[in-house]
Amino acid sequence: MKKALVSFAAAAAVLSLGTMGAMAQDPTKVCAIYVGPIGDYGYSYQHHQGMLDVKEHFGDKVEISYLENVAEGPDAERALERLARSGCKIVFATSFGFMDPTNKVAARFPDVKFEHATGYKREHENVSTYNSKFHEGRYVQGVIAGKMSEKGVAGYIASFPIPEVIMGINAFMLGAQSVNPDFKVKIVWANTWIDPAKEADAAKALIDQGVDIITQHTDSTAPLQVAAERGIKGFGQASDMIKFAPETQLTSIVDDWGPYYIERVQAVIDGSWKQSDVWGGMKEGHVVMAPYTNMPDDVKKLAEETEAKIKSGEFNPFTGPISKQDGSEWLKEGEVAEDSEVLQMNFYIKGIDDKIPN
Amino acid sequence: MGMLESILLTIATAATPLLIAAIGELVVERSGVLNLGVEGMMIMGAVTGFGVALTTGSPWLGVFAAILVGAVFSLLFGFLTLTLVTNQVATGLALTLLGLGISGMAGEAFVGQPGLRLARLDIPGLSDLPVVGRLLFGQDPIFYISIALTAAVAYFLFRTRAGLTLRSVGDNHTSAHALGIKVIAIRYMAVMFGGACAGLAGAYLSLVYTPQWVENMTAGRGWIALALVVFASWRPWRVLAGAYLFGGVSIGQLHAQAFGVGIPSQLLSSLPYLATVVVLVIISRNRRLTMVNTPASLGRPFVPDR
Repeated sequence: MKKALVSFAAAAAVLSLGTMGAMAQDPTKVCAIYVGPIGDYGYSYQHHQGMLDVKEHFGDKVEISYLENVAEGPDAERALERLARSGCKIVFATSFGFMDPTNKVAARFPDVKFEHATGYKREHENVSTYNSKFHEGRYVQGVIAGKMSEKGVAGYIASFPIPEVIMGINAFMLGAQSVNPDFKVKIVWANTWIDPAKEADAAKALIDQGVDIITQHTDSTAPLQVAAERGIKGFGQASDMIKFAPETQLTSIVDDWGPYYIERVQAVIDGSWKQSDVWGGMKEGHVVMAPYTNMPDDVKKLAEETEAKIKSGEFNPFTGPISKQDGSEWLKEGEVAEDSEVLQMNFYIKGIDDKIPN
Repeated sequence: MGMLESILLTIATAATPLLIAAIGELVVERSGVLNLGVEGMMIMGAVTGFGVALTTGSPWLGVFAAILVGAVFSLLFGFLTLTLVTNQVATGLALTLLGLGISGMAGEAFVGQPGLRLARLDIPGLSDLPVVGRLLFGQDPIFYISIALTAAVAYFLFRTRAGLTLRSVGDNHTSAHALGIKVIAIRYMAVMFGGACAGLAGAYLSLVYTPQWVENMTAGRGWIALALVVFASWRPWRVLAGAYLFGGVSIGQLHAQAFGVGIPSQLLSSLPYLATVVVLVIISRNRRLTMVNTPASLGRPFVPDR
């Protein structure tokens, strides 16, 4: 019940096989496992959209199969093994906690290619890792927040204190400080990735404490709906949530895994797949900003310029001078942070009045 | 709207779904049946309420449909445990898993759709009173239903003959049967009442609390409701106190975080559970009274010997 194995074994593929005879090839089987339900309209939903892009791009040349709600840990190993045995040529394991199971199963199926999202272990030739630089989008959001907030205070609903989330908070603040050096942020840790009611409560608490702009690193649309109800502005998360708050959403960071998935599946079809470690951002098209809405033209223009600068590679959000929270120097004037350092970030930058829970 | 008023409103919203689901389960358990499927029935209510409201355009129709689906879904549990005498614990767990699965499938079309919100009450003049206006006269209708439900269940259980009969079935089904009381029929009704309440609680989540559909959006609230019933020693007003305490501390900890008190958020997040358990254990510390309130036949199967 928990896991639904769904195959789009297209009847059309069978038909064309009949008419085209020897010309037809067996479809390449492309598989994925998701940590959540594809109905979360957030993280797993976006990964699944990427898979649907693959299906749309290749049509009958591929067959898609996936397992959702796969628990991180030993369960994932069984799920991956099941997919590998069922003839998948490439398997996308889309959550951090699938890291060790992916490498274990990869050792047993050397002919199957494995792609692990957000991890760093590539113990076998047939394992690649990939991730996206969402913090680039958060920097742009920070710039907008710095301009739009009258009180100069934003509310930030965070999930778990892991580097991914902390780098997001830092990037957001750097963006805001670039237009308003005194900008403040109030942070609430929800300790969940998705629980709409709790996220809504967090948003209400933040608004009651005087923030006039809301951003989130949790996956539901609830905080944005609360912002709309209370008449302040906010940002969407993972997908374009404008439908939920047409007069509230300023923009949203959209995870677009489609281009990467298509590229990797193409490589498998061509036989050119090689191990890699990709951390793509705006430049690679992995991080896309939803349209800039509900803001004056000058703010919109500034946001677009910032986005363009990051996209072209001209600007990295983590460029010095940046001090850590305690005032010690992190990056010198003009110095750019190493990717490896950003990926392990466990400190706040100066200007954040909060402690990282640990 | 002042800060205090707004905080109190937020607490009421957080407590209402817990209260409704727990009151329903309280009646079920008072009749001697342990239904661990609250979470499953709640999520079925949430998806039904959302879906019906979206397709018909009427949030009220959504609420009624959710109540109906909750009751019908619980009937499945009733049939298995009361007629076929399966194990109540295992069947209840299965009901939760089934509810989560079915709702996920049924709700696929609703993902990413903005929903409808059940309008809140607005009494001109009264709703605008300072501080208490919104709190007493300007909330969503289900809030009032939840309070009325608590009062009605308290009255029914301890002040009416039918309530006494229901409790006697829960305390000693063999004796009740010997007196000619229809044990199974009463338990069926109690189970369906519990299902209807869980359905309503689910609809509250998807139509009032956060008007949207997300798989698994109940996020464990059904389990909290279950725990509240036990810790409140099967007394309706204590369930209400527990639900509001849980809601209050949940909201309080978020405020503490936003305020920046410097206590690790993981500890703060566990506070609602800790505080509720501690307080309810303290009010239930009279062991004799607790024993009296515990339905003695809870979870025990009953097979009439004709």
